Amino acid sequence: MPKINKDSTLNITFVGIGLCLLCSAIISFIAIQLRSVQENNVVLDMQKKIVSSAGLDEVYGSVENAMSNIKTLIIDLDRGEIVDINPDTYELSKELREDGKYKFLSAEEDVASIKKREKYSKVYIEYKDNEINTLILPVRGYGLWGILYGYLAIEGDFNTVAGLEFYEHKETPGLGAEIDNPKWKALWKGKKIYQENGEVSLKVIKGSVMKTSDNFSYEIDGLSGATLTCNGVSNLIAYWMGNDGFLNFINNLQKVDV
Amino acid sequence: MSNYSEILFRPVFKENPIALQMLGICSALAVTSKLYPTLIMCVALTVTVSLSNFFISMIRNITPSNIRIIVQMTIISSLVILVDQALKAYDYETSKTLSVFVGLIITNCIVMGRAEAFAMQNPPGVSFLDGFGNGLGYSVILIILGTIRELFGTGTILEYEIFPLVQNGGWYVPNNFFLLPPVSFILIGLIIWALRAWQKDQVEEPEFRMSQNSPEIVPNPPPTPSSKTAS
Repeated sequence: MPKINKDSTLNITFVGIGLCLLCSAIISFIAIQLRSVQENNVVLDMQKKIVSSAGLDEVYGSVENAMSNIKTLIIDLDRGEIVDINPDTYELSKELREDGKYKFLSAEEDVASIKKREKYSKVYIEYKDNEINTLILPVRGYGLWGILYGYLAIEGDFNTVAGLEFYEHKETPGLGAEIDNPKWKALWKGKKIYQENGEVSLKVIKGSVMKTSDNFSYEIDGLSGATLTCNGVSNLIAYWMGNDGFLNFINNLQKVDV
Repeated sequence: MSNYSEILFRPVFKENPIALQMLGICSALAVTSKLYPTLIMCVALTVTVSLSNFFISMIRNITPSNIRIIVQMTIISSLVILVDQALKAYDYETSKTLSVFVGLIITNCIVMGRAEAFAMQNPPGVSFLDGFGNGLGYSVILIILGTIRELFGTGTILEYEIFPLVQNGGWYVPNNFFLLPPVSFILIGLIIWALRAWQKDQVEEPEFRMSQNSPEIVPNPPPTPSSKTAS
C-alpha cells in the first residue's frame, strides 16, 4: 500500500466525503428496514391504550379482537356531530397546528390549561349487539410538569366511567406518575360523571373517599404527594365532559338512542 | 492474554469512567430512577462505545488529524442513531421512557473520551475491548444506582415488589427523594468514597493544602493596649 499523506487536502476531502456518504447510506438503509416495525409499534401502542382504558383487552382476550369491535369516528366538537373525515389520516398534533382547525381558549374557558382546542376529535365506540356499549374519548389537560394525554371510557349510559388511561405524561415517578398505578385506575370504574342536574361532578379529592359520603360515586381517592397532578385530572374531566368538550356529542348520541 | 483482560477489566474498578474519570455523569443522573431502563441504557452505551472505538481505530491511520474530532463524531452519532432506531423498533416502551437520553449518548463524554484517548492510538481489537470495558464500568455504577433508587424510591426491583408498599397494603412508605436526580449525585459520591477507601491509589493529590494552624499562636493572647487601638 502506498504511503499516503493523511493530512493532505486531498485526503481530508476524501475521508470527509467518503465517511459521510458511507454513514448516511448505512443509516438510511437501516432506518428504512426498521420503519414498518416502528410504525406498527406506534399504532399497536396506541390501540393498546385505547382498548385498555375501557378494560376491553380483557373482555375480548386481545387488542386485535377488541379493535375489530371498535368503530373509529371523527366528530365536530362544537356541533357534536359525526363528520365524514377519514380517521386514519387524523392526527391531533397536526390539527393543532393548522389554522382554522383549532380555537384558542380564553382564561375562563380553559379549565384544563390546554390553550388550544381542536375543532374535530377522534373518538372510539365499541358496539355490542348493535348498541353502543362503550364510548372512548381522548382527553388531555395540564398536570404538574406537562400535559397529560389519556382516554376516558364511558359506558353505554353515557354517565358511568368504564376506565381512564393516560398514554403520555411527564409527572414525577412515584408521585404524579402513580396515575398509571393499576390500583388507582381501578377506582374509576363505576363512578358517575354527571349529577341529576347535568353538572359534571366527577373529581379527584384530597385523601380517601368516605364510603358514607353523599358524593361517593362522584369522587376518586387523591394520590398522596401529587395534589397538582390530581387537580389536573379533575380539571380535564370537568373540561372535556362539559359544554366545550364532548357534552354536545354525548347529548346527540342520547337523542339518537331515544 | 493477561494484557487483554487487564484492558477489559481495568475500567471497571481501577479506572472507572464515572467514579475516577468523572465522565458520563449526566446520563447517570437522568435514567437511573428505574432499573429496567437503566439496563437498556447500559446496553445501548456499551454497544455504542465498543463499536465506535472499533471503527475509529480501524480508520485511525487515514484519519486526517485536523478533522479527527469531526470524523469521530460522525461515526459516534451514526452508531447512536442506529441504536436509537433499533430500540424504537424492538423495545418501544423503553425507548419512550429513555426518550432523549439515548440520543444524548452522542454527547456522553465516555464515548468521545475513549475514542480520543485510546482508539486513536491502538489497533481495532484492543480498542473494542477497551470500549467494552468502559461500557461495563459505566454499567456497574448505573446498575448500582438504578437498583438503590428503584428499591428505596418505589419499593420494587424490575417492577417486582420487594418491600410491600403502603398503598398496596404493606408497610413501606416509598422515599420519593430517591426518584429525584440529585440523589444520584449523593450516591455517586458515596460510591467514589467507598472505591477510594478500597483502592488507595485513586485518591488524588489535593490541589491546595490547608495551612496548619501555626503553633506560635498562643490561645487567648492577653490583650495589649496596642492591639486595642489597632482594632
